[in-house]
Amino acid sequence: MAGLNPPLADLAADLTGRPAAARRPGGLRAVQRRRLNVFRYVAFTIFGLFFLLPLLAMVRFSLEGTKLGTWSVSAWTQIASYPGPPPLLSSIEITLELAVITSVVVLVLVVPTMIWIRLRARWFSKVMEFICLLPLTIPAIVLVVGLAPIYNRIERVNVSALMLFWAYVILALPYTYRALAAGLNAVDATTLSEAARSLGARWGTVMFRIIVPNMWQAILNALLLTVALTLGEFTVAYLLTYVNMQVNLFEISRSAENAGVLFSASAATLLFAFILLLILSYAGRRMRRGRP
Amino acid sequence: MSLPTTSTQSDATRTAVEVRMEGLSRHYGSVVALDNLDLTVQPGELIALLGPSGCGKTTTLRLLAGLEDADTGQINVAGRDITRLPASKRDMGMVFQAYSLFPHMTVQQNVAFGLRLRKISSAKRDKRALEMLELVELGSQADRYPHQISGGQQQRVALARALAIEPQVLLLDEPLSALDAKVRAQLRDQIRRIQLEVGITTLFVTHDQEEALAIADRVGVMRAGRLEQLAPPTDVYSRPATSFVAEFVGLSNRLAGIVTGSAVTVRGHDLPLVDPLTPAGPVTAIVRPEAVTLASDDTGESGPMTGTVIASTFLGATSRVTVDLGDTTIMAQLPTSEATKLPAGSRVALTIRPDPVLVSADSAVASEG
Repeated sequence: MAGLNPPLADLAADLTGRPAAARRPGGLRAVQRRRLNVFRYVAFTIFGLFFLLPLLAMVRFSLEGTKLGTWSVSAWTQIASYPGPPPLLSSIEITLELAVITSVVVLVLVVPTMIWIRLRARWFSKVMEFICLLPLTIPAIVLVVGLAPIYNRIERVNVSALMLFWAYVILALPYTYRALAAGLNAVDATTLSEAARSLGARWGTVMFRIIVPNMWQAILNALLLTVALTLGEFTVAYLLTYVNMQVNLFEISRSAENAGVLFSASAATLLFAFILLLILSYAGRRMRRGRP
Repeated sequence: MSLPTTSTQSDATRTAVEVRMEGLSRHYGSVVALDNLDLTVQPGELIALLGPSGCGKTTTLRLLAGLEDADTGQINVAGRDITRLPASKRDMGMVFQAYSLFPHMTVQQNVAFGLRLRKISSAKRDKRALEMLELVELGSQADRYPHQISGGQQQRVALARALAIEPQVLLLDEPLSALDAKVRAQLRDQIRRIQLEVGITTLFVTHDQEEALAIADRVGVMRAGRLEQLAPPTDVYSRPATSFVAEFVGLSNRLAGIVTGSAVTVRGHDLPLVDPLTPAGPVTAIVRPEAVTLASDDTGESGPMTGTVIASTFLGATSRVTVDLGDTTIMAQLPTSEATKLPAGSRVALTIRPDPVLVSADSAVASEG
């Protein structure tokens, strides 16, 4: 009714028994917007506190001195020199390496496969989806039972905790698949590939110079999820008796005198993961700048 | 506006090739998409394939482009058998119905992509890309990304990209169907102008009869995977080979008539036949609305060629008037200035211009098509 001239607006008001101004969608929208904003702020505050308070408590605890009411950064300075066994720094290092290896392997496996299936073997897409989402339905303990004999063989060759990447690739599959599928759905891969082929591009060129550059955001999302999963993984590593960062933190937590280091290391890890994810998401935004 | 002369134009003009498709068939399960199609496109010719959805026109184009494989048949371009050649080696430029520019590349990078694959030096391909963009009047948009230009501009860039590689054949798969009417008409004319300038052999697929008639040297009307007629636009319109072509291309009236000798008698009028060898007997004559003229009838007498106006549709310069003849209705297309003098309810007398008409044997049908 905002577009009505005054006499028509008055007529509408007469017919409905309500003032014309109160019926204006603009006014209604403003009220709705205000209500929505209030709801947003309240929800954001509640959830923010829910997540932040334990983290703040953790940081505060890590900064407590030996005497009650005193402050100290010794728990933070000990992170690099904490003796273990095994040394905390080396387990952090291994976890980061695991994140890199897992991300690379899972992306190298899944990205070309998914593009190929989309372009050349669409009939296989449901099977691919089923295979990739399967790990979500298998509890970690069951997965470990299945993986244990394989790891027994792997350990004969290599005992490094880096070998956990085989298991982590499986764990990361559902998240990677979902992120990449969303990215692939946003691109008209068939038309782009046909256009490229008509211009003389071979399949490899189509895949890596046409399709992949148009799904960088999805690839970054998949990377982000894989890194987050690897940094936080405890169950499989612990049950397979490997020591990654989370397992090491758990071991540290078992002795009360090291509680400060436990919390400083946890906070540092969280901070590191947060910064890493921030960088990845910033990189994604940069890549999208100037593009649709 | 004059076109810039480019090396591409001169080269392509020099190398215009013949495309010959023989016995092409393609099935999707039990569905026959293409049924033993024979089609030859002369060097430098533009053939428009016209037909309803599912008639096989796009399949023909995709088989020619190498995007799909034929079940049987052979495709020859410039005398060379390319039936089993992959799409990337066929040397054909294609413009798609959907916007197909690469979103992560600028307009210029898009146009230069095919040249880059051919390992042409950076300086040369940039120059050629800009020339092609000038050809489609988009030189000023070279640094923009596809999402920053309009749909019509995107299709023009796609055309420039297809032409940049100096293809032997240009394939256009309903490139105008996603555009609004005005842009569509402009781009249609531009495509034709460029095609004539470049002199490239072109196959244009469309379901829009106006587009096909306006742009093509010859129009191929397809139905159920077969070519019903392949002829110049005027012939397709005025001398349709089958009743399907007559009805698909333009509006038509279906009127009961009787063939005697080389003419058909329709409501007392003798009209010449498209096919003089039509056997005598009752038929359905297909009469174009523009062959029907109307005049106000104040006599009040009734007859086979008098009736009452029941509707008038304004089409701009012309109007379509529907007349009730008692036992059937007939459409007439008149200049709007004349049609406005015949409002609904007016009594009118009809005359039918003695253009050659096509007849079909299904004489039971005697209503407008």
